[in-house]
Parts: sequence; structure tokens; C-alpha cells
Amino acid sequence: MIRDLIVIIFTAMLVNNYVLVKFLGICPFLGVSKKLHSAVGMGLAVTFVMLLATAATWPIHTYLLTKFHLEYLQTIVFILIIAALVQLVEIILKRYLPALHRSLGIYLPLITTNCAVLGVAKNNITEGYELFIEAMANALGCGLGFLLAMVLFAGVRMRIETAKPPKCFEGMPITLISASIVALAFYGFAGVIDNMFM
Amino acid sequence: MWKNFLKGIIRENPVLVLLLGTCPTLAVTTSVANAFGMGAAATAVLLGSNIVISALRRMIPDKVRIPSYIVIIAGFVTVVEMVMHAFVPDLYEALGVFLSLIVVNCIILGRAEVYASKNRVLDSAVDALGMGVGFTLALFAMASIREIFGSGSWMGFEIPILSDFTIPILVNSPGGFFVFGILIAIVNAVTKRKTGRDFGCAGCPSAAVCGANDGSLQNAAHKDHAAGSGKGPDDTAEEGGK
Repeated sequence: MIRDLIVIIFTAMLVNNYVLVKFLGICPFLGVSKKLHSAVGMGLAVTFVMLLATAATWPIHTYLLTKFHLEYLQTIVFILIIAALVQLVEIILKRYLPALHRSLGIYLPLITTNCAVLGVAKNNITEGYELFIEAMANALGCGLGFLLAMVLFAGVRMRIETAKPPKCFEGMPITLISASIVALAFYGFAGVIDNMFM
Repeated sequence: MWKNFLKGIIRENPVLVLLLGTCPTLAVTTSVANAFGMGAAATAVLLGSNIVISALRRMIPDKVRIPSYIVIIAGFVTVVEMVMHAFVPDLYEALGVFLSLIVVNCIILGRAEVYASKNRVLDSAVDALGMGVGFTLALFAMASIREIFGSGSWMGFEIPILSDFTIPILVNSPGGFFVFGILIAIVNAVTKRKTGRDFGCAGCPSAAVCGANDGSLQNAAHKDHAAGSGKGPDDTAEEGGK
């Protein structure tokens, strides 16, 4: 059981890294990775919201939508739940944990329409996790994978800032090409997990 | 009217110029057929949501406009999902989670916020068509490069010599970033656009609340608004810059 969960977490984090392998959440990955500080903040906020979204959407899908054959409502229900949750969390943080709100709060509204969060909620269903804890482990792995990719890429980007690429490559193109090299590194994880735990 | 349509294809191409909707661009362009399917689905959703949002623009209260837009968009996405599941099940499987992720595609929410909420129904429909075709063409260009060199075929037809010398990495994730980067660089070089443009927050509905961007980025977004729609939400751009 524990081993299964660890395998799920590491698979989601390294092999199926949401940003670099599955192309989910590219917007924050490219938009907020300029500085290490904001990259960490965004990564933590996304991890938190992913866990929260899974905790809400998985039971609702399993015990409500499937039971009454309402699966076709999945997209609408999930996006509404996530949007409402994020708003709620923001209000609660602002009221009771202002310090945390100052450091993470600014990223929360951005996350509402982040495809990585909706992607986790949907993937939990399509991958057919039968236990709640498995879905949560998957969400944790995805969030940590996002954080890892953000932090690694923030380091790479600080170097790009001082480099001088050809004129037409300045800005976005050179960022994408360095993202491609970072993705190449993650590509190497493909066979690792199976051999490590099996 | 014609100009309004063309702007989405060339001058304000959502993918290559405004740099929006990068997730599906990178993910579904492994084959031309997938790219076409994604483009068509997104165009259908964009057209529907732009028309409805534009028609309801006086009825939707300003404070809850983003949630309202999301519900409208989610409704159209569900329709498109069900249609594709019924008539093109192969494509439905191939696009997978990205089909339902059209809900959170910045292009659609961005057009709703920047254009449809301020313009007449007919103009919004034309704008949606232009943007949709622009999105499809950009996906098509990128998918062609990736499929021809990555798997030596085009639209499923094998290309004689190239199929012996494929570059498989192009159809995998690193190749996606690489081809997209090169494509934007080519657009930059051809149009001789002022370089140094960064990630596009221009059409992003969260731009106003996004404190993560530094001043320069906000200014760039601000200029885009001014140059692009002419009716850009100036106040929001400034608010975000604080």
C-alpha cells in the first residue's frame, strides 16, 4: 500500500511531470518563473490548490456524479468547484492567516483558470484511482512535480537574463528552447521509476 | 469586417503573436489530424461563447463576469465534447484531457473579456472566427513541422525519404518546446517585430489580479491592449502594476 502510494507520487512528479512532459500549466511556468522567490510561491500555491481540488472533486465525482449517471456534467462541475474553492481559500487566508496570504495570496486568483489544476482533477478520474488516498497521492505528486519544474527553470532563466541570444530569439523563443532542454532532462526519467521500486 | 477577421489570423495571431493558449499548442501538435481537431473544437467553443457573451453583455453584472463567462464556456465545451465523442471517437481519445481543458484556455476567456464583453454580436462572431482560424493555422503549421520531421508522415500519409530519417524527439515533449521556440523566432525575424517581448499577458483575464508580473511586463501588456483592441481595460493594467 505505502509502496503503491510512493510509486504514484514519484510517477506523477518525475515521469509524468505535468509541465515538462504533459504540457499542463505552461502559462504560469513561463510567466512566473522569472524569479526564484515567485517560482517557489507559485509552486506551493499550485500544490496546495491541487490537493484541495482533488479532495473536493474526487468524492463528488465518485459518490455523486457517477451514482446518478451525470458524468457529462464533469467539466462544468469541476471548474465551478475549483473556482469557488480558490475564492473561499483566498477569503479564509486573508482573514485568518494574513502573512501566508501576503506570500501566496497573489497567486491564488491566477490558479483558478490554470489548466494544471483542472487537469489533475480530470486525470484522477480517467486514471481510475479507486481509493481516495491514491487520488490525493497523485495530486501531491503532480504539485511537487510542478514545484520542481518551476524551481529548476527559475534557475535556468536567471542565467538567460544575462546571456545575449540572437535578436529574433530574445524573450520568449530562447525561454522555450531552454525549456526544451530542461524537458529533455525529465525525458530521461521515463524508465527509472519501474526499476527503482519493483 | 474583413479586417476584423484577418487580424486574428495575422496581426494578432493568438498563438504566435499574443502567445496565448500555449498548453494545447504544445500538447496536441504531435500530428496534423490532432491539431486540426483541436483547432476546430476550440473555434466552435470560441464562436459559441463569444456570441452568447456578447448578447448577454449588458445583463452580466461586472462583479461576477469571470465566473459567468466560465460557466458559458464550460457549457459549450461540454457540447463539443459530447459531439466529438459521438462522431469522431478516435480524435476524442487522442485529444484526451485537452479537449475539456478548452474551458481554461486563455484565448477563449481572453476574447470574452477583451472583445465580446464590449462589442456587438456580429463583430464578436467575426472576431471569434478570425481568432479560431488563426489558432488552427498556427497549430497546423507547428503540427506539420513536427509530424513531417518527427514521424516522416503528413496527415497520416508516409513521406518516402523522410520516413527513413525521422527525428523521434520532435514528437515528444522536448521537441514541442523546441519547435514552438523556433517558430516564434521565425515570426519575430520575418515581421521584424520589436524584440524582447515576453510572455503574453495581454489577453489573460487574470492580468489585473496577477501581482507576479513585474512592471515591464505590465507595460508591455498595456501597450498591447492599446494597440490591439483599442478599448483595452487600461485601468486593470495599471492596477496590476502596483
